[in-house]
Amino acid sequence: MIEVKDLTRYYGQKRAISNVSFNVQKGEILGLLGPNAAGKTTTMRILTCYMPPTSGTATIGGYDIFEQSMEVRTITGYLPENPPIYPDLEVNDYLKFVAKIKGVEKNRIEKEVDAAVEKASLGDVRNRVIGKLSKGYKQRVGLAQSLINNPQVVILDEPTVGLDPKQIIEIRELIRSLKGEHTIILSSHILPEVEQTCERVVIISNGRVVAEDTPENLTTRMRGSERVQLEVEGDEDAIKKALGSLPDILSTRIETKDNGVCKVVVESKSDLRKEMAKSLVDSNLGLLELHPDKATLEDIFLHLTTKEEGA
Amino acid sequence: MKKVMAILEKEFKSFFYSPLAYVVLALFTALTGVFFYLYLSSFVEASFMDAIRSQQYRQPPQKLNVNLMLIRPYFWNIALITLFTLPIVTMRLFSEEKKQGTVELLYTTPLSSTQIILGKFLAGLTLSAALLIPTMFFQGLLFVYGDPEFWPVVSGYIGLLLMGSAFISMGLFISTTTENQIIAAIGGFALALLLWIIGWGANFAGPSLAPLLEYVSIINHFEDFAQGVVDTSHLAYYLLFTFVGIYFSLKSVESVKWRA
Repeated sequence: MIEVKDLTRYYGQKRAISNVSFNVQKGEILGLLGPNAAGKTTTMRILTCYMPPTSGTATIGGYDIFEQSMEVRTITGYLPENPPIYPDLEVNDYLKFVAKIKGVEKNRIEKEVDAAVEKASLGDVRNRVIGKLSKGYKQRVGLAQSLINNPQVVILDEPTVGLDPKQIIEIRELIRSLKGEHTIILSSHILPEVEQTCERVVIISNGRVVAEDTPENLTTRMRGSERVQLEVEGDEDAIKKALGSLPDILSTRIETKDNGVCKVVVESKSDLRKEMAKSLVDSNLGLLELHPDKATLEDIFLHLTTKEEGA
Repeated sequence: MKKVMAILEKEFKSFFYSPLAYVVLALFTALTGVFFYLYLSSFVEASFMDAIRSQQYRQPPQKLNVNLMLIRPYFWNIALITLFTLPIVTMRLFSEEKKQGTVELLYTTPLSSTQIILGKFLAGLTLSAALLIPTMFFQGLLFVYGDPEFWPVVSGYIGLLLMGSAFISMGLFISTTTENQIIAAIGGFALALLLWIIGWGANFAGPSLAPLLEYVSIINHFEDFAQGVVDTSHLAYYLLFTFVGIYFSLKSVESVKWRA
């Protein structure tokens, strides 16, 4: 449904995102997870045709975001970080306006607005002026707006930011209820949020995709596992064999091989640095370097979880 | 076109749901009303003096020309008040969208930049026309109690609308360049005033520059309209001005999008 390929975007000299790629299946909820200023909003703004990428492409529903921007906009609903509302208008008038600029046929406008009001549970405040509503209701108005014209793809930028816990639960439930009918991308800097709502997570940090997996896998992968990076001179199979004989090893991956020197990443349940060194040396392999991998992913993960506890 | 109308309608609604509309309307009506009263009083006084004089010298009274003595200078005054008022109408047209973040809605829905700009321009133009309605009522009184010439009044309003559309396209352009409404208003006002008084410089400029300054000056082209003449060259000036303003607004919107 959504294919993102090598998106790169510069703001002047500053690179906001580089080579961001991922795919989203029809009916799936994908979470874009990352700390602030990681490039989530930039990615979403490019996907919604708010601004073009410096390089790279993406298609939504088969339409190219640059070449067929109007088609993309027609099938996509977008809720920016700050809901794009006009405080002077009434909820009903606002949604009608959105329906009109989205090109909804005149005889379907009422129906579309009713449906959006229903989905976002805005019945009570339909005739209220938006500026006078609470933050939670404003957010829901923004969400209702993104659902007008029944878009195939819904893109939500930090939909729960600034809400109180009860409102957060309501919005999350609302988003989950949209699953299946719409393909959804939502961004967040809070891990439990994506754990609860999303089926798949793309982690972005410093403008790069650093991991892509289901929330469960990510959690187990990161909790209780140690990563060590090694540089070893010798044969690939011999290295794998020497390391594989140790207990508690989860995975051994040869990253690169250059002039007989392999870069290896090992994940294990416990700290096995001593044992690894011994085993490699015993197998007559040249251990050139060994250091624990404070990988970006782990840092980010730590960052995300502590962030959440603080919030 | 439907989408253009949707934007126009939205602008109207947010304008009239906010207190700004009523402040602008009230100020405009009060100012034009006071000026009308002053001109009318001095005209009545002049007629009165004329009647006395004609009795004293036993001559038939001169018929004073309402169009010349009242309507024409009154149009100049409305034009001047327009200069102060329209920047307040145009300041919010784009700046507010930028400030509120609603540009993200406009740019991510299937709307072209042309539709957005045209909708906003037309909204401004309609509002400026609405401002003129009370003055039509004032001038209508002249037709009830006297018999001024009709067509010069019509041409005067055509002139006001054309000048208004020039101011609005310019104000809209300035509004696209900033998210600060105050800056948009001051910028629009300063530029309008500059274009207004630039013609005065013609008196001191050399023979090559003077005609140019006179041509550029926005008020010089209004003179004929106030006198009841619709001259195509002046018509062309205002239309060209409006077109350039709209074109610049479009380019400004698109360039901002690309720079982001």
